[in-house]
Amino acid sequence: MTGGDGDGDGDVTAAPPLDWKFSQVFGERTAGEEVQEVDIISAIEFDKSGDHLATGDRGGRVVLFERTDTKEHGGSRKDLEKTDYPRSRHPEFRYKTEFQSHEPEFDYLKSLEIEEKINKIKWCQTANGALFLLSTNDKTIKYWKVQEKKIKKIAHMNMDPLKAVGNGSIASSSTSSINSLSHTLNGACTDKSYNSLNKDFSSSAAINALRLPVVVTSNETNLVARCRRVYAHAHDYHINSISNNSDGETFISADDLRINLWNLEISNQSFNIVDVKPANMEDLTEVITSAEFHPTHCNTLAYSSSKGSIRLIDLRQSALCDRHSKLFEEQESPGSRSFFTEIIASISDIKFSRDGRYILSRDYMTLKLWDINMDSGPVSTFQVHEYLRPRLCDLYENDSIFDKFECCLSGDGQRVATGSYSNLFRVFGSSPASTEATTLEASKNPMRRQVQTPSRSLTSSISRVVRRGGEVPGNDTNGNSLDFTTKLLHLAWHPTENSIACAAANSLYMYYA
Amino acid sequence: MYAFCYLEITMSMVDEPLYPIAVLIDELKNDDIQLRLNSIRKLSTIARALGEERTRKELIPFLSENNDDDDEVLLAMAEELGVFIPYVGGLEHAHVLLPPLETLCTVEETCVRDKAVESLCRIGSQMRENDLVDWFIPLVKRLAAGEWFTARVSACGLFHIAYPSASEILKAELRTIYSQLCQDDMPMVRRSASTNLGKFAATVEKAHLKTDIMQIFEDLTQDDQDSVRLLAVEGCAALGKLLEPQDCIAHILPVIVVFSQDKSWRVRYMVANQLYELCEAVGPEPTKTDLVPAYVRLLRDNEAEVRIAAAGKVTKFSRILSPELAVQHILPCVKELSSDSSQHVRSALASVIMGMAPVLGKDATIEQLLPIFLSLLKDEFPDVRLNIISKLDQVNQVIGIDLLSQSLLPAIVELAEDRHWRVRLAIIEYIPLLASQLGVGFFDDKLGALCMQWLQDKVYSIREAAANNLKRLAEEFGPEWAMQHIVPQVLEMVNNPHYLYRMTILGAISLLAPVMGSEITCSKLLPVVVTLAKDRVANIRFNVAKVLQSFIPIVDQSVIEKTVRPCLVELAEDPDVDVRYFSKQALEAIDQVMMTS
Repeated sequence: MTGGDGDGDGDVTAAPPLDWKFSQVFGERTAGEEVQEVDIISAIEFDKSGDHLATGDRGGRVVLFERTDTKEHGGSRKDLEKTDYPRSRHPEFRYKTEFQSHEPEFDYLKSLEIEEKINKIKWCQTANGALFLLSTNDKTIKYWKVQEKKIKKIAHMNMDPLKAVGNGSIASSSTSSINSLSHTLNGACTDKSYNSLNKDFSSSAAINALRLPVVVTSNETNLVARCRRVYAHAHDYHINSISNNSDGETFISADDLRINLWNLEISNQSFNIVDVKPANMEDLTEVITSAEFHPTHCNTLAYSSSKGSIRLIDLRQSALCDRHSKLFEEQESPGSRSFFTEIIASISDIKFSRDGRYILSRDYMTLKLWDINMDSGPVSTFQVHEYLRPRLCDLYENDSIFDKFECCLSGDGQRVATGSYSNLFRVFGSSPASTEATTLEASKNPMRRQVQTPSRSLTSSISRVVRRGGEVPGNDTNGNSLDFTTKLLHLAWHPTENSIACAAANSLYMYYA
Repeated sequence: MYAFCYLEITMSMVDEPLYPIAVLIDELKNDDIQLRLNSIRKLSTIARALGEERTRKELIPFLSENNDDDDEVLLAMAEELGVFIPYVGGLEHAHVLLPPLETLCTVEETCVRDKAVESLCRIGSQMRENDLVDWFIPLVKRLAAGEWFTARVSACGLFHIAYPSASEILKAELRTIYSQLCQDDMPMVRRSASTNLGKFAATVEKAHLKTDIMQIFEDLTQDDQDSVRLLAVEGCAALGKLLEPQDCIAHILPVIVVFSQDKSWRVRYMVANQLYELCEAVGPEPTKTDLVPAYVRLLRDNEAEVRIAAAGKVTKFSRILSPELAVQHILPCVKELSSDSSQHVRSALASVIMGMAPVLGKDATIEQLLPIFLSLLKDEFPDVRLNIISKLDQVNQVIGIDLLSQSLLPAIVELAEDRHWRVRLAIIEYIPLLASQLGVGFFDDKLGALCMQWLQDKVYSIREAAANNLKRLAEEFGPEWAMQHIVPQVLEMVNNPHYLYRMTILGAISLLAPVMGSEITCSKLLPVVVTLAKDRVANIRFNVAKVLQSFIPIVDQSVIEKTVRPCLVELAEDPDVDVRYFSKQALEAIDQVMMTS
């Protein structure tokens, strides 16, 4: 392995910081191009193998990308790796297909418009070469199957040869086809009376003339996305997360106050497993912001709340999981309380690490890494937005303080990443010894910003456990203040390689290291 | 006429007319799914027209190649192929049906796969032994080694058909493959293996049962996935019945005892549902020492869902035990459950507890169960009370109704006035049962008034059910009783100022008439109906026409001519179009009766 490759999985000491390079961009904006609201990306998800990537947008569309660099080499890839060449290949994707997952709807009972915006996408188990995924908007979850189909043509029919090409309506087919059949069978047919027709058919020659339709398969293929199931009418509030169980048959969907458990094959019923709705809505102090199943333990799930706590739930304990088995929250330091304390404590996203040992959470100011065996406090806290603290008032005024940034972990758990404003995102080394804290910009030149970032100060690495990585300047070199309208909310880390996909408005940028 | 006959003859020669067949065949590939579905459903017709040989050589290969259709079509295909042996030339050619079903076993839609497996089993169970070895067993092995989990899931359901005809070496191989499936990476495959273990085990020789199968079973009971362990619980009872009692005690009993204390409430829930079945397998002594304590634990489980399942099996479990054991161990739990904090637990208990009366006998019932019945009859949750009332006949046989009747009445009255109309509806449904159990005397005094009161309920469904109830009561107690206790009261309400209530009465009259017979209908009911013909509301008037029509078979012709027809003739001139329509229909019906008689 070459040095900068970042494959130091087994390292006890920290791996060297990654050298991020631009890989690809999809839907890049040309200068001065106005972004259409419907094109803004609202969800990104890699599948388990990392061979596919899905994005969802505000227009209710799901776009699929597939990896190209592994496929081309197929079986020989292993041999390539064995040889001593530095691995120059990095994940490269190409557009595969897209489909309209959700349409805008109107709930007439509640006089509510239901946006088509895709809130989350989750990949499901692949079967028979077809891809399966779940997508959800605020209310409705859909199960999609995307399959490559060979184009087939029907080459021969008993009846009207025309019918074999086109698709004649049923009504016409039954009358005209009888006539045409008599043509083919009799050679010449003058009087097509009912009786004579039947007479002809009774001969054995007629039976022999019956042919099964001949289907010619062409080599052209066609990607078809079909909605297999719709899981609807189970959420009174907006769905913020969906997550698959490791058992391959169930998944959860979480809204502000409830979490429901579904069987993938049953769309007309679900079980409510968490309900935080108080008897009186005026007593409401806390909502569910995100929920995820443990990657391997089928009975464990975690959900985060607007008060900054993460609850671990054991589904074995009882049918309605009102009591958590573990609670992770950080005691706020006394005296620092302000009007904004609770707002910025709200967790916008949680993710389990691949091995299920850690949970990464993102609140407005920080990323926190929790060990699920240690509920006294986070093992690491990474400052993402500390420099914004003096400006919370402005952020509150323009609602930016309620932005929901996602977070992600690398497949090896060595690094964590999350988004920020001005299309920036940050990558931190998560191992205790690491001082890695990189700021990148979602553009073709991701390190542009980093040049201006002062190198890590010694203090932050010493006081690592307390705070670190809080040195991003509020202004760039030109003295422009951060742009709160361009925010990088969604990003995902490739499950096996150091590659990040992130969304800047309508563009999907991909980086590798 | 002559041509028609000729046609008949020729048609019978080919069995079926051919042009629809041609259409059917073409529509196998139509763009409209309904037409494809229709063709697949008539696959046997197509096969008969093509003949056995062409079915084998053309139709079946065609189906094998064209399997990327909608699930609905594939499901129909899987089903049709299961009964297709006669159309391919009988048993000796049965194996040609395997390839299309094999591909259907690999689709991702579970119901299609299940149906394909079912059809394969059906065909396989008829196939000749050497054909099974040549065709069926290789198919099972192919599926079990399938690349995608879907094939492996299906394979698990076929072993019990393949195994018996296999040679010793093959049998050993099949057992090995099955145990590999039980350790598959995919939980879906392990679940399928777990589900089908009982069926497979039933075909395996005793010697291997104790070694191979029990090893597989033990592995499954320790699976990481709760969903797999759950299904292993289901296997307990099936396996237990296959084993000798002493083996069952040695191998299954410890497992079920461990399961009954599993960390996962879903596993315990399954145990609660299955436990009584296992009692038979292990015999009375281990039941007493191990299973009763396990069951008692489940009845006192922390999780309400588990208690619901356990409470629902109280009667079945008690039936297996001796009355002494039931009184000693189960009854105390039942007492606790009757005041459980969960209404669903109490409801589940109430739905079965009456069945315990015959098990415990008269004395124990009066002494022990009766207080529980009474407290459940006073439960705050209507479902609990309803469940008790619905099973009243069971307890009546043992101790008579008198001991209960004191508490019964307030319970019924309260349910009758419940603010939820579904509860009121439920109790109305039980009134005829109550009437038959309680007897005429009790009924007259207490319940008669309620039955009338329901006729004036605010909810239509209740009024409708109340009218129906009157009819059933009249049937139960006879017309004479009804003449005294129902008819006068009903007729009194006919002057209600609200037309909807008058309509209910009209409905009740039409229901009662057939039960009351001709004489009472003519003398009492008909005059009232005729007066309603003058009602100011059109809806009443056309319902009068309908009721009069329903009277035609009941009353004499003379009465029809004298009273019914004049009334209808008048209504036929009504300003309202609907009234005219229905009275004309009634008049036509009269004419028809006159014609035939």
